[in-house]
Amino acid sequence: MQTTKSVYWQGVRNGAPFILMMIPFSMLFGVTATETGLNLTETMAMSVLIVAGAAQFTALQLLSENAPTVIVMITALTVNLRMAMYSAALTPHLGEASVAHRAVAAYLTVDQTYACSVTAYEANPGWTISMRLAYFFGVATPVLPIWFSFTFVGAYLGASIPDTWALDFAIPITFLAMVGPALRSLAHIAAALVAIIASLFLVFVPFSLGVVLAGFSGMIAGAQVELMMRRKGVWT
Amino acid sequence: MIDRIDLWIVIIGLGLGSFGLRFAFTGVVGDRKLPDWLLRHLRYTAVAVLPALAAPLVVWPAATGGTPDAARLSAALITAGVGYYTRNVLFALLSGAATLYLGLYLVS
Repeated sequence: MQTTKSVYWQGVRNGAPFILMMIPFSMLFGVTATETGLNLTETMAMSVLIVAGAAQFTALQLLSENAPTVIVMITALTVNLRMAMYSAALTPHLGEASVAHRAVAAYLTVDQTYACSVTAYEANPGWTISMRLAYFFGVATPVLPIWFSFTFVGAYLGASIPDTWALDFAIPITFLAMVGPALRSLAHIAAALVAIIASLFLVFVPFSLGVVLAGFSGMIAGAQVELMMRRKGVWT
Repeated sequence: MIDRIDLWIVIIGLGLGSFGLRFAFTGVVGDRKLPDWLLRHLRYTAVAVLPALAAPLVVWPAATGGTPDAARLSAALITAGVGYYTRNVLFALLSGAATLYLGLYLVS
């Protein structure tokens, strides 16, 4: 019999593997921020207030190019638009929680907590709202503190990390490792493939907007393949 | 040199904006039912947006100055493939990292 406590620890166990790649990823952010000229306080403020690696890197990149403040914000928020989509996807599962719980969950909504939770909620439709929250906070438990503490380590070590460690590749590897297990059906595979192809063709679109357009194309492709599969009666 | 005021405007603005995006639906919509067509599209957000972010970084890595690189391409394919077949994020990450370091070692 599953309890709120056992579900919390299931979340912790499911979140734990991400530590391995979160460490280099967050250290890389600390190192890059320091190299861009941010001090320790500014670097930590970014990780604690924004809590979104891809958007933080985007902002850092554009700040170092002296892009206008408005462009920096719009572009980084566009990269973060997927958080609104995650929020919408979590709503059917977490909507009945109290406003305070939903606010904390919102702060903790990142790629890892979203990806694990939605998969777990679909696999366990019988979970009560407190079990769903417990699982969500469980996944966040190893993920968020690692993000903060290793941003600090990276900023502290600064430029002393050699390029041969290839920390730059921690970002795409983390994203792909999360996607592989999530490819549950032909529709999911279609969504990923269309998004990849669109993203490669749209790199010329300025300020990372190509990524957003590619994401939408992938979502439309997935939804269409799902409809086709439903019509043929092969959707499970 | 980055202007300090601009930097803090960006940090605080992005902090509020990011929270706003995350709270948009969970906070405001609550337990009202979302339409089917919207849910059908939202099912594919992660599997669409994450590969879209990763693809250009894999094909044109900044570390090589944008030149496609065999070590990084094979690491990406192995990561996604192992993740798909084992359904295990940790195995996928480890195989990807091992492939990357082996590849970089072989070319160097």
